[in-house]
Amino acid sequence: MALLDIGRLSISFGGLRAVDDFNVKIEKGQLYGLIGPNGAGKTTVFNLLTGVYKPNSGKILLDGKDITGKRTIDINREGIARTFQNIRLFKDLTVLDNVKAGLHNHYPYSTLAGILRLPVYRRREREMDARAMELLRVFDLDAQAGLKASNLPYGKQRKLEIARALATQPKLLLLDEPAAGMNPNETAELMETIRFVRREFDMTILLIEHDMHLVAGICEELTVLDFGQIIAQGETGKVLRDPEVIKAYLGEG
Amino acid sequence: MDKDNWDKDNMDKDNRDKDNMDKDNMDKDNRDKGNMDKDRKDHLGNNTFRSGLITYGLVVGLYVVMQVLMRLGAVPSLIQGMLVPLCMYVVLAVSLNLTVGILGELSLGHAGFMCVGAFASAVFSLTLVDSPMPAPVRFALAILVGALAAALFGMVVGIPVLRLRGDYLAIVTLAFGEIVKNVINVVYLGFDSGGFHISLKNSASLHLAEGGRVFINGAQGLKGTPQDSGFTAGFILVMLTLAIVLNLVHSRSGRAIMAIRDNRIAAESIGINVTKYKLMAFTISAALAGTAGALYSHNFNPLAATPKNFGYNQSIMILVFVVLGGIGNIRGSVIAALVLTLLPELLRGLSDYRMLIYAIILIVMMIFNWSPSLVAWRERYLPRNLFGGGAHDGKGA
Repeated sequence: MALLDIGRLSISFGGLRAVDDFNVKIEKGQLYGLIGPNGAGKTTVFNLLTGVYKPNSGKILLDGKDITGKRTIDINREGIARTFQNIRLFKDLTVLDNVKAGLHNHYPYSTLAGILRLPVYRRREREMDARAMELLRVFDLDAQAGLKASNLPYGKQRKLEIARALATQPKLLLLDEPAAGMNPNETAELMETIRFVRREFDMTILLIEHDMHLVAGICEELTVLDFGQIIAQGETGKVLRDPEVIKAYLGEG
Repeated sequence: MDKDNWDKDNMDKDNRDKDNMDKDNMDKDNRDKGNMDKDRKDHLGNNTFRSGLITYGLVVGLYVVMQVLMRLGAVPSLIQGMLVPLCMYVVLAVSLNLTVGILGELSLGHAGFMCVGAFASAVFSLTLVDSPMPAPVRFALAILVGALAAALFGMVVGIPVLRLRGDYLAIVTLAFGEIVKNVINVVYLGFDSGGFHISLKNSASLHLAEGGRVFINGAQGLKGTPQDSGFTAGFILVMLTLAIVLNLVHSRSGRAIMAIRDNRIAAESIGINVTKYKLMAFTISAALAGTAGALYSHNFNPLAATPKNFGYNQSIMILVFVVLGGIGNIRGSVIAALVLTLLPELLRGLSDYRMLIYAIILIVMMIFNWSPSLVAWRERYLPRNLFGGGAHDGKGA
């Protein structure tokens, strides 16, 4: 059974069919790419998957469970975490606290226990610190744990967003243009990081990306969107040679 | 449907902002570089702990000094009379900072919650004024009643109002404060063997039985509240407020609240219940304002809801403390509330020039707190911990 099974997903904004009859099956452990020109509806797919928008029709199954139309926070609890095209960190919190916020639902204690500083507060906070530092070490961010998130260099902010998403212990990780704004060196490093995340966390990853080098380098399968519709789908190498894809997106020559 | 539209708008905006975003981020990186050292210091765990201790130490120190001076008879009666209001304003400023600085929402109705707390606690004390209960116990319970009443109003107002943002929230909370004050001005509340009687006409229409007492007499307000308030009670309340707010900020819930402040959409995406935590912060903030109201109502007799004590000027005054002390900086709120409450009294001798000097000091404080070059100068030459963290770090205790 596929980890993510999207069937006939559609949404319109006014008269515009932003996503039309979208179908995708992603197996567990797969690294899957979603590409297409600007405005093709890629981020809208992400927003549908994470409950920001409710689809007009269609079904989203995660691990066999229907999550169509659920609230964002419930979908996160079911196991989908994401990063954003324009980085959305908690900029005035520390790097460590950004990750600890991601651990929010996994180390619960009541507000009252926090205000009264009961033993459970100290225990949970210690556990959270340990777990968060572990995650930060994976992304080579542990030395900056005490820094304000907005003071991190751009590439590290991207990494921190991934670390925060992973802290919620998702089954599926959505990365929205992780390489946007990165130089070739940073992109190469990011590719390593994404591969590492998949291996280390046994993660299934769906990513939107414009950097064809990155896409060709790490994605096993691709779906290409144009004007909200799928124009090609399948194994990466084959899709990138598809004349339709070259015409609509990659450009000839 | 409304929510969907709203989210869509938000998304549209996001897309529009996208292009500028990368550049902004870069610019911001450069700008913030200078603060890096400071931030690193402020955010290490043991440092926030130490920073909290300094705040508590400051309050305890001031309390002890005042007590000693009073024993020595060195405190003029004018200042002695201001001790309870000082404590009250500190509680109000710290609690408003929870809404404005930690939650990041602008509220202009803080005096309204204080008003609710003041009248609820006073009515409670009046009801029990003849009981054998010792005064400190009755006052502690009265403060609790004030807090609960204000919390209830905070929740009722918060549920619809926290769906609004920015200016809208400010306007609705402003209206709430004015409504509370004006409603209390036309309420007549009496108590007799049959329980409470309430009327909106006059005291006669309460139809009180023999021996019944009128508690709230319309615009004349409330008479005969036991004067249980005092400097020590105020000091304890300030310490409790600081403990509640600082411990909250450094807990899981506080982190969730600040995450919502920094980025609501991201907070939702990692499973934080935005409505719950917004409402929690707003309600706790209102409850603490209610305790300040209890302190007030047990210090002044008679108690009436006038524009001076519970009007919007008061709400804005409290906001001024928060802004000048540094938004999100709890220790700053304490200092600003103390200085700005004392200042007009200390300047009384200058008669006509008083408000002029007060205004100039406001401006100077603002520049001192916010001007980038002065902040940098301060970082270099003044001991770091004197003024708490940077105004925006949300954790400056």
